Amino acid sequence: MLTVKNLTVAYDDTPVFTDVAVNFNAGKITGIIGPNGAGKSTLIKAMLGLIKAQSGTVLSDGHDLKQLQKQIAYVEQRKDLDLSFPISVFEVVMTGTYGKLGLFRQPGKAARDASRAALEQVDLAEFADRQIGQLSGGQLQRVFVARAIVQEAQVIILDEPFVGIDLQSETAIMAILKQWRDAGKTIIVVHHDLNKVSHYFDDLVILNHGIIDYGPVDDVYTADNIERTFSADLSAVLFSPAGGSKK
Amino acid sequence: MTSIMNFIHALGQYDFLQSALIAAIMVGVMSGIIGSFIILRGMSMMGDAISHAVLPGVAVAYMLGINVLIGASIFGILAAGLIGFVVSHSKIKTDTSIGIVFSAFYALGFILISLAESSTNLHHILFGNILAVSDTDIMTTTVILGLVILFVVFFYKELLITSFDATYAQTYGLKVHILHYALMFVLTLVTVSALQTVGIILVVAMLITPAATAFLWTDRLATMLVLSASIGAVASVVGLYFSYTLNWASGPAIVLVAAVFFGISFVISPKQALFPRLWHGTNAKKKRVIA
Ligand SMILES: Nc1ncnc2c1ncn2[C@@H]1O[C@H](COP(=O)(O)OP(=O)(O)O)[C@@H](O)[C@H]1O
Ligand SMILES: [Mg+2]
Repeated sequence: MLTVKNLTVAYDDTPVFTDVAVNFNAGKITGIIGPNGAGKSTLIKAMLGLIKAQSGTVLSDGHDLKQLQKQIAYVEQRKDLDLSFPISVFEVVMTGTYGKLGLFRQPGKAARDASRAALEQVDLAEFADRQIGQLSGGQLQRVFVARAIVQEAQVIILDEPFVGIDLQSETAIMAILKQWRDAGKTIIVVHHDLNKVSHYFDDLVILNHGIIDYGPVDDVYTADNIERTFSADLSAVLFSPAGGSKK
Repeated sequence: MTSIMNFIHALGQYDFLQSALIAAIMVGVMSGIIGSFIILRGMSMMGDAISHAVLPGVAVAYMLGINVLIGASIFGILAAGLIGFVVSHSKIKTDTSIGIVFSAFYALGFILISLAESSTNLHHILFGNILAVSDTDIMTTTVILGLVILFVVFFYKELLITSFDATYAQTYGLKVHILHYALMFVLTLVTVSALQTVGIILVVAMLITPAATAFLWTDRLATMLVLSASIGAVASVVGLYFSYTLNWASGPAIVLVAAVFFGISFVISPKQALFPRLWHGTNAKKKRVIA
């Protein structure tokens, strides 16, 4: 279990959120939802140590997460990567082995085999030698999921992985997330599309400059919570007896 | 044709020309390699800045009679550090910070050089003086070339990942900024070597032009490094030939040859594909196949 305690993050004088406390369970896919600018990406980056928190700790089964950095895989939100970079799809997936290799060790046969297998898992084996810019958005996202597979991490965090990608890629990624979950890993997904919340997630965190609610998705994804966090209109659309997504 | 024969003949005859050729090749290779990382990291401005910012270091080294490398390295790293410090401690953007720091260092360099009262030296520092390469210069250049190659071989995967996806490197615990400063340090060493062949003003061309030319021809980093190094070396040799034959200054001659290579590649290379028919069948299908 991942435990976040007293987490406060500020880019300037006003904090994005103060004293956030939340848990993420192993063997569950946890969604994080909240309006634009609610602090979802900030929460994740602070947990990963990519930005400095004013205060707070993140523990994984009681151990400081900083010592377990190589156990976490992170798929960033809409990377503004240089897509003309001279690197192939296969090489990008291989970089997933770098963390565990450490300095001065080069990826060998095991790394190549793992990368090939991961590419097959996301159905991109035939694209292995293609330059990274010659992929669609969905294919590119699958490449980063393949890299996360190669990392063999215990915790996988994805920030809005489904934005602007095709349905086939979304389905393929979701299938991998479920495999990971069934293998007992901790999966955290920042999500924007409220329609699919109860299909995709086991647990849910609602964030809006602080935790609104968290727990099993059936308890948290309620008309009341959505109205409080987003708007009454949205809540009405999502939870109306006719067109609601909830059972 | 005869002038090429003359050049080859002269090479056999004059030690200074041999030294020039060896230095030119080595500088072409090392700047091609480091330059590849500079352009892939979007740091062309930084390359220009560091190469200018070593000037006060060169001046101080002359004044104190110490090795130019030491003086130049200190000021090169100092400039890189200052540029980073201004950016991280204010809302000033990187290119602005680069502009302020490098012009200040460059200006300081001019004043220090004039204090050292060696205006002939200044001319050579600015434009290169490849025909006056000493044995010691060859020695240091060889050592620096070795260092550059070792650095890139040992830290290849770190250089690759921090150039391509620095955030990812950070998440697995790589000390991204240490690698950045290591690269800046190696860059100042390369700059000092290149002073001799092309001079401070044109160092940036040797870093960027061969690398950019190589980039137009390949989709693989390793290939790009080898190509860039080769283009840098060939441009240096051809430039030296023009310099010797037509009595042009060596720096501008080398840089112009490199620019011509780039120009040709710009027109005919597959990635650029100004003339896609030229590559029909081989690369036409590689272009943007989107599922
Ligand atoms: N690098 C930054 N510098 C300053 N403010 C930022 C930065 N990144 C995000 N913010 C601000 O912090 C708040 C939360 O942003 P973010 O975590 O990206 O939201 P979300 O991911 O939920 O859309 C927003 O108000 C945003 O403007
Ligand atoms: Mg976000």
